[in-house]
Amino acid sequence: MSIKIELNDQTMIAYLNGEIDHHTATDIRTDIDIRVEGSHPNLLILDFTNVSFMDSSGIGLVMGRYKLMKDIGGNLKIVNPSPQIRKVMSLAGIDRLAIIEKSRPCKRSDYFDKK
Amino acid sequence: MIKNEMKLQIPSKSSNESFARIAVASFFSQLDPTVDEISDIKTAVSEAVTNSIVHGYANEIGTIFIHAKIIDDNKIYIRIRDKGCGIDDLDQAMEPMFTTCKTGERSGLGFTVMQSFMDRLRVISKKGKGTTVTLTKRLRKRI
Repeated sequence: MSIKIELNDQTMIAYLNGEIDHHTATDIRTDIDIRVEGSHPNLLILDFTNVSFMDSSGIGLVMGRYKLMKDIGGNLKIVNPSPQIRKVMSLAGIDRLAIIEKSRPCKRSDYFDKK
Repeated sequence: MIKNEMKLQIPSKSSNESFARIAVASFFSQLDPTVDEISDIKTAVSEAVTNSIVHGYANEIGTIFIHAKIIDDNKIYIRIRDKGCGIDDLDQAMEPMFTTCKTGERSGLGFTVMQSFMDRLRVISKKGKGTTVTLTKRLRKRI
């Protein structure tokens, strides 16, 4: 599992890469939280394009980041989860909490130019 | 009738979560499952193994016993067993969003995921003796 985080103005994008389970979730959470708490973005985007697997540990990760963003007055967006990941997310009702986009903005400019 | 079976023992280290779900999914690949079926199996196994690591052996490293079987032509059976602390209140543990974990970010959805992704979930637990999770699923018949 690896993660790349970019910040442009008030939008932070976390590109997640690999598998999210109990073993990997802690490191992802720590990496994101340090960056969010350091720069207080308005919007946090979790990009799932390159996530090949997620179990309910990922639910805890997403809900925790949702809460963190709410606490600082921001929003959370989830981009391009696979059908398996969407199925896990829907069990927790994440589709009712955060915006889930199916589209595939895979380039950095796809996010920032639309602002 | 058992057509084939596989047994696996692993220490309850979180680094084995990925190995366990991939090993079980690989064993069932001989049935030529769909991508969705493989995802369902991997997710359910990951939940059960994680429960043994996080809860069963919360303060120690113990052994997790995995037994996977092919019954008939397309029915799969997976048993995941630990000899950990056991579950205090099984009915409560099965409730969606219930978790005993005060720290960290456990969603309390492990059993809900197993129930949703497999046809049948059976849990037997005894305080101080351990927990056994049995998962069964009938795969789509391939022509």
